[in-house]
Amino acid sequence: MRVNQTSFRHALLDPEAARPDGLSDGMGRPAGRRFDVYRNNVSVSLTEALEVGFPVIRKLVGHDNFKVLAAAYLRRHPPHSPLMMHFGAELPSFLADFEPTRQTGYLPDIARLELAIRESYHAADADPINPAELEALPPEALIGSRVQLAPALRQVRSPWPIFSIWRFNVEEGAKSPEMAAEDVLIARPDMDPVPGLLPSGGAEFINALLTGATFGDAMDKASEASWDFDLPVVLTLLVEMKTIVEIGG
Amino acid sequence: MLDATTHRSSRLPDAPGVGYKPQHFTEIVDDAGPVAWLEIHAENYMGDGGRPIAQLRHLAERFAFSVHGVGLSIGGEGPLDSEHLARLKHLVGWLDPASFSEHLAWSTHDSAFLNDLLPLPYTEATLARVAEHVDEVQNVVGRRMLLENPSSYLAFEESTLTETDFLREVARRTGCGLLLDVNNVFVSATNLGTDPISYIDAFPVELVGEIHLGGHDDDEDDHGAPLLIDNHGREVADPVWSLFDYTIRKSGPKPSLIEWDNDVPEWPVLKAEACRAAKVLEAATA
Repeated sequence: MRVNQTSFRHALLDPEAARPDGLSDGMGRPAGRRFDVYRNNVSVSLTEALEVGFPVIRKLVGHDNFKVLAAAYLRRHPPHSPLMMHFGAELPSFLADFEPTRQTGYLPDIARLELAIRESYHAADADPINPAELEALPPEALIGSRVQLAPALRQVRSPWPIFSIWRFNVEEGAKSPEMAAEDVLIARPDMDPVPGLLPSGGAEFINALLTGATFGDAMDKASEASWDFDLPVVLTLLVEMKTIVEIGG
Repeated sequence: MLDATTHRSSRLPDAPGVGYKPQHFTEIVDDAGPVAWLEIHAENYMGDGGRPIAQLRHLAERFAFSVHGVGLSIGGEGPLDSEHLARLKHLVGWLDPASFSEHLAWSTHDSAFLNDLLPLPYTEATLARVAEHVDEVQNVVGRRMLLENPSSYLAFEESTLTETDFLREVARRTGCGLLLDVNNVFVSATNLGTDPISYIDAFPVELVGEIHLGGHDDDEDDHGAPLLIDNHGREVADPVWSLFDYTIRKSGPKPSLIEWDNDVPEWPVLKAEACRAAKVLEAATA
């Protein structure tokens, strides 16, 4: 009796499926629950990989519920890469669709935030500019300048207070979230990604810079989106978080 | 068969190493004890930058490194993942480790990665496929690799070769070396009712470039027979230390790694395991 990897794999991911034939205990008896060691290894190791990647989702839904959710997720979206640092990319859309979580509208955006934090952690290094370079630019030169932003920079925009929810779950004594749309900037000023709240218009401003717009054009985009866009506040944030790695014409 | 001229001359020291865990970074730098080299799981260092890569660069100035892949699926029925091979080539290229190893196992099928080291039937067909894959890995990565014996919980009725004959033949056809996991030998022998000493006696120890030691858990099968689970979550068991001692007396000192991947302990506990391995290695040279 030959056991191919197709039947092995099928039985691994489906606990209801019959165990493959042709496997023994080495002493002539059927392997029986020995096969379940592999089943268990697969589900435990992939569940742990999700727990490591989404600690706040796990806290929000509860430990036991997370295990149920992970079991359903890994059957629907088994990883397609051996890099566990990328596992869980479909969790936001899964949460929006999964019956027990679909009513909790902010969960997918919290998952996006946690994905973005993990991406930022593993992103390429880049040395920030010396802030004096920026300060030395006369206003007219600044308006016409373009910048390159750090590979570790990420943004997540949400109609939900995702930064406040995230912080409430990771920081002792953080204030409880109140209903508001929140945009989050994730930067890596040193080795750890630091999520922070973006002021209004900030996301439009950064998006424009990311697509190669000059400071002047990015400011216009931000002001169109938000009448109270405050350039110095956002610029200071970008500099302090060491996100500007190159500035030029 | 890999061209002998591409073999790298530097090798791991015949001394204890440990599986590197980031939480031990400061203590390893301050007080490594007898630990002369570190092993990393290749897949955890395939990001573009940040802390993992920075720590690795720093530690590589002081310690010899072993890059140990856990995701290549060398025993897979399908072709090897060329993107993943390219990532391995890149990591081995810049880190220039003293050793590079992978497992006699499969983990990917139909593009789904199962994150476990899954078992293979030992047949001529499997042998031909594994040897072809090992050849491909060595050609792409550009250096000799070590292939590790797995821990087994079951056997395939279709198997026609012993594991030791299988590994010996892969090494003969490809020129690869072997990584002997002594805990896996003990776990498999207990689970399949064979003798671990006979396994070591049949193993081509002259091809061993590295030894692994790790902890296992106890369970039992449907008939109440012992079923040991290789979980790398505790101290190395006493019978495994005895088997290690037996192995080292036969093979002479080898680079010997303590693997502790789950419920990772404080550094002094891991260091104590490395000290125990050092004593066995020293006794063999005395």
